Amino acid sequence: MDAIVIQILNGLDKGGAYALIALGLTLAFGTLGIVNFAHGALFMMGAFCAVTVQKLLTISARVRDMSVTFFEAYKETPYLELWWGDTGTTIIEYSVPLSILIAIPVMALVGVVMERGLIRFFYKRTHAEQILVTFGLAIVIQEIIRHFFGANPIPQAIPEIVSGSANVGTMLGLSDTLVYPWWRLIYFCFAIVVIGGVFAFLQYTTYGMVVRAGMADRDTVGLLGINIQRRFTIVFALAAVVAGLAGVMYTPVLPPDYHMGMDFLVLSFVVVVVGGMGSLPGAVAAGFLLGILQSFASMNEIKQFLPGIDQIIIYLVAVVIILVRPRGLMGRKGVMES
Amino acid sequence: MSIQSTRKDLLIMAVFTTAVLTMPIWLDPIGAAYPDLLQKFAIFGIFAIGFNILFGLTGYLSFGHAVFLGVGSYSAVWSFKLLTMNVIPAVIAGTLIAGLFAVVIGFLCLRRSGIYFSILTLAFAQMSYNMAYSVLTPITNGETGLQLTQNDPRIFDAAAETTGLPITELFGMKLSGYPGFYFCAVLLIIAFFISLRIFRSPFGLKLRAIKSNQVRMNYTGFNTRPYLLAAFVISGMYAGLAGSLMAITDPLAGAERMQWTASGEVVLMTILGGVGTLIGPLLGAGLIKYFENIFSSYNEQVLHEIFSFLPDFFENIMVFLVNPFVGEGWHLTLGALFMVIVIFLPGGIMEGWTRFIGLFTKDRSKPDDHNTPASAKAQTSEG
Repeated sequence: MDAIVIQILNGLDKGGAYALIALGLTLAFGTLGIVNFAHGALFMMGAFCAVTVQKLLTISARVRDMSVTFFEAYKETPYLELWWGDTGTTIIEYSVPLSILIAIPVMALVGVVMERGLIRFFYKRTHAEQILVTFGLAIVIQEIIRHFFGANPIPQAIPEIVSGSANVGTMLGLSDTLVYPWWRLIYFCFAIVVIGGVFAFLQYTTYGMVVRAGMADRDTVGLLGINIQRRFTIVFALAAVVAGLAGVMYTPVLPPDYHMGMDFLVLSFVVVVVGGMGSLPGAVAAGFLLGILQSFASMNEIKQFLPGIDQIIIYLVAVVIILVRPRGLMGRKGVMES
Repeated sequence: MSIQSTRKDLLIMAVFTTAVLTMPIWLDPIGAAYPDLLQKFAIFGIFAIGFNILFGLTGYLSFGHAVFLGVGSYSAVWSFKLLTMNVIPAVIAGTLIAGLFAVVIGFLCLRRSGIYFSILTLAFAQMSYNMAYSVLTPITNGETGLQLTQNDPRIFDAAAETTGLPITELFGMKLSGYPGFYFCAVLLIIAFFISLRIFRSPFGLKLRAIKSNQVRMNYTGFNTRPYLLAAFVISGMYAGLAGSLMAITDPLAGAERMQWTASGEVVLMTILGGVGTLIGPLLGAGLIKYFENIFSSYNEQVLHEIFSFLPDFFENIMVFLVNPFVGEGWHLTLGALFMVIVIFLPGGIMEGWTRFIGLFTKDRSKPDDHNTPASAKAQTSEG
């Protein structure tokens, strides 16, 4: 029982990341009909928002290290600590959560610029061409990031309070050997909140209702005199923000480097296909499902039985799904079934 | 008509053969005439020609072609390890085994078209790549890459007395440097000839028909799948051939050759040169490899020298502006160039060329219909 619970928990944070990225991909596909290979790059940009914020907060001055008395020693101390003492230290400690505030406007801007600047010219062109141009864009973004931040992963700190492990076992009334890192638990909850927010926005606001109507029948909504194009652009920006936030919060789990976007891109496309192209609940469900499936596949008992299964399980599921049920788990009948 | 076109093809082949074989001469002025780079031209040329048979003719965009390249390399190195250092078995093994993989993967992937096909090939590519790194380590030697060692069996070779690693050879002729290039060049010419024949054949015509409207093909009672599979396997074998040539010029095979971004590279080459044209993919491959070579050798110092004719202030500005695009940042140039091509010139360099020629000739004859909006529209509505 413990083993099963721990595997499910292990899958949740990764599944959360998959679900968030896949949600954005599906939003872009469902509204604009765009297959966006640069979506992984958006995830990566979010992560580098966190890196940038951390770098800005820790701009340091060289000060005399008083604890060394034999010779003149210097150490780097961030200005924030010099100015505000402990408050400054705390601010630096919370750089990742703080980055969320920065990442939202930045990613929204990136999304709007990307849509207006490039993607709107590709509505009418083939999926293959959309894939190609966004693939090119992904390379460009990735190389720009590498130019500024280097090729090595940059680890991110998390606040002291949540650095340990949560005693999930006692919470759930199971054995107390069952522990799980706080941050991953937070990531999962964060993912749920963001996903819930997006769904609530689409479901319960008039704006979201119009967007859903546009997804179902764009031309008719346009004929009603609604500027559906602008709404779709904003939805694309929303997708970029969701991907960016997923990236920001994922930095403590996986130190960001410039090609993390490409690594996650393929996985999240697979997630989208498994969930069903254009189905938002499908993307979310498939994200968590595949995350959990992957963590089960990396159990030793299963690996002994089927060596290497943990490496390929997600792709295997995707291949089977595409071949057997191309509309995915929750896709609408008749949509993208060819 | 047919005699004329045969004559035209003969001419094309003659010009092509001469051009390829004299590459060491006419590439000398631009500093590209050394064996390593020429070999790369030939190898990636073969890879791109093969990819073009699939993507250019049928419009099926595969993002997993690097798998066949990797499989070809591994098979060739194993042939060196187990059989002999002669390259003939290696080439045959690489091509055939890649072909086998292509039959299996193609059989499954071609059940879907459009974006699903791309994602299926992507999934297979990632599976192969991950497996090569983890479970298949006994075959692929994992992260280190598969290498030759001195005490490999090599059952057909006499025991080597020399120390150091054996060198690939063709019946006693060492295949490094220029002989290696000429070997690749001959295979490139053969590959190009086969591709030319496919383009001109009824088979090629059927593939193009599939690209322009597969649904209509099916309605006329035409089973398209065997033709698609044949095209997929042929292009997989081209990739396998290219992979085995890579192993011949440098007997080492690593899994990073199979990563999906490596598949992306051949897509870039084909698009850059011109999808669906005969010579375009070759041009793209050559250009990318050439500029990769030139650009990655630049660094800040070289740039300072280049712009040294400017006043200091402007020199620094120019260096600052150009620096991100060269050296390590060469991929940035590539990505940007690629975007520009896809946006403004979807037919690649070849389309640019025909447009350029069209400016000077009164004869506004219709260009080939591979990339006209009509066929593009047909595809959209189908997906």
